[in-house]
Amino acid sequence: MVQEVSHPFSSYLRSAMIPHIWCSGCGNGIVLNCFIHALEELQRDLDKLVVVSGIGCIGRTAGYANADSFHTTHGRAIAFATGVKLANPELEVVVISGDGDLFAIGGNHFIHAARRNIGVKVICANNFNYGMTGGQQGPTTPLEASTTTTPYGNIEHPFNLVHLAAAAGATYVARWTTLHVRRLTQSIKRMLQKEGFCFVEVISPCPEIFGRRNKMRTGLEMMEWFRRASSVENFSDPSKAEITSKRILVGEFVNVEKVSYERLLHEKIGQINEKKIVW
Amino acid sequence: MTKKRALLAGAHFMNGDVACAEGAIAAGCRFFAGYPITPATEIAEHLSERMPEFGGIYIQMEDEIGSMAAVIGASYAGLKAMTATSGPGFSLMQENIGLAAMTETPCVIVDIMRGGPSTGQPTLPGQQDVMQAKWGSHGDYGIIALSPSSVQEMFNLTIEAFNLSETYRVPTLLMGDEIVGHMWEKVVIPPASEIETVNRKKPHVPPDKYAPFMPDDDLVPPMACFGEGYRFHATGLTHDEHGYPKTQSSEVQSKLVRRLCEKINKNEDRIVKVEEIMLEDADIAVISYGIVARSALSAVRKARETGIKAGLLRLITLWPFPEKRVKKLARKTKAIVVPEMNCGQMVREVERAAKETPVAFLSKLGEDPHRPKEILEVMRRSA
Repeated sequence: MVQEVSHPFSSYLRSAMIPHIWCSGCGNGIVLNCFIHALEELQRDLDKLVVVSGIGCIGRTAGYANADSFHTTHGRAIAFATGVKLANPELEVVVISGDGDLFAIGGNHFIHAARRNIGVKVICANNFNYGMTGGQQGPTTPLEASTTTTPYGNIEHPFNLVHLAAAAGATYVARWTTLHVRRLTQSIKRMLQKEGFCFVEVISPCPEIFGRRNKMRTGLEMMEWFRRASSVENFSDPSKAEITSKRILVGEFVNVEKVSYERLLHEKIGQINEKKIVW
Repeated sequence: MTKKRALLAGAHFMNGDVACAEGAIAAGCRFFAGYPITPATEIAEHLSERMPEFGGIYIQMEDEIGSMAAVIGASYAGLKAMTATSGPGFSLMQENIGLAAMTETPCVIVDIMRGGPSTGQPTLPGQQDVMQAKWGSHGDYGIIALSPSSVQEMFNLTIEAFNLSETYRVPTLLMGDEIVGHMWEKVVIPPASEIETVNRKKPHVPPDKYAPFMPDDDLVPPMACFGEGYRFHATGLTHDEHGYPKTQSSEVQSKLVRRLCEKINKNEDRIVKVEEIMLEDADIAVISYGIVARSALSAVRKARETGIKAGLLRLITLWPFPEKRVKKLARKTKAIVVPEMNCGQMVREVERAAKETPVAFLSKLGEDPHRPKEILEVMRRSA
């Protein structure tokens, strides 16, 4: 007798949207997988989850998650998520987007959301380039890397995202590669249990677009680079965590307690109205 | 003395920006995101004080792009939401106004128009953004824009803007100007029980049957909000009734974009509001809106005193353009005069609707709106 078998995590995916659009060897599926594992392990209520993405390959994640989800304009996922979280603080609001979306066109929203400490959780898949538009240089492209718009090698210094997030005020900052699936899942779990603005960077392979121009033609070769270059060091100085071809420092960088913007705001609203009643 | 947590029912002397903010509260708006800009800042300042008294949210974002994005987020999370700005900020909001149109987000954007282009004249009035209101974001979409002529209307039309945005799931624009924003006038705020407010229609099917962009007969889809268990997806990409991207289908694109336009255009008769003054027997009609309409009314009265059969059509709704009203008027008048504080924007729509009837345009830029005698002079020449 043939029995219908469904994937144990199918309830976390919007089946009508599958298959996904990602290339073979892409790391975005690993990011989504770790996110789903974290939700499963925490037994989170999907009815109270909102997944927000911007534009780019990883931006399609919002559509794949079987939760309320919104695919915003390019760069505006965090600003949109800020409105959602303030309007209904009971919702878990997670932004999953790319390095170009979050740190080039959306960079201003990122630093201000971190400064305010709004309780939005941000997962950034950093693939070092604009994959969806065909591989242009971006804010995390390493020096000398070849992209479709840096044919002679990149001369722009890249952002060190964990340093940026820590300096802007995030309460939780971690970096992993798609090789570190267990630790990445644990980090996402930790982030989902924290108050305030949290950030997890995931170094993610883009062999089809970025790798093949940079002597890493397959996902495996890119993962091999991650294995060779990465070293785990928790709570090291994020300012010294620049990514180079020889070194990808991973681990947790920041884990502090700080009251969130939405808590302060709603406490303030409560105080104001209490005074009114007394009067 | 602490103010009571209530609408300020009664007669007041206040400025237009404050009246707009009070109108928003009265309409049930409980979320404001904005960025300081002259001459709209007083709306934000007033709401930063008033919103918390009603349990509502005030947030100053890092820019107008973020403000508009946060407004859409708050609306999808279930609150009536608005922002307020002026020309340069209005330009920055355009991309996300397009997102709001595409994702059918009820929300209100107040543009207190100043002189442009660019930084222009921050403290002086203009009517230079009225075409931007219609065409500002890329692509085709329907939009509603209202034009207040007084401080009282800053209050009334803000409520109207929320009601329209909730009814049609469309971003609705209140196109004020520096004068109606900063001028102080008497405003009568009715008791809450007499203020009609509209809330978006909710899904009438369970979550497993819900398609977030499946319209009813009125072309407007019922709206679930985040956290209500519907687990729906919305995107700025071309999407089908389920909200799923269909970026390669001309059929889905055509169906969606035409509906976004038609849900506004086909409801023109329900949406459009104009004020008709002394038009019954008019040979010459002035078509005007906003602060300029006050001057135009004075000119029309003066014209009547001198024996010219003049009348005024005041456009309260700018978009959708009151085409039927203008066509009807053009058929029975000899000439139409359109004064505007720009280089000729709504006059193009008037000319298009008026067909054979001659239309005289009177442009004014800078400090003051048209003086009544300037409008009267053009009416005399057209008579």
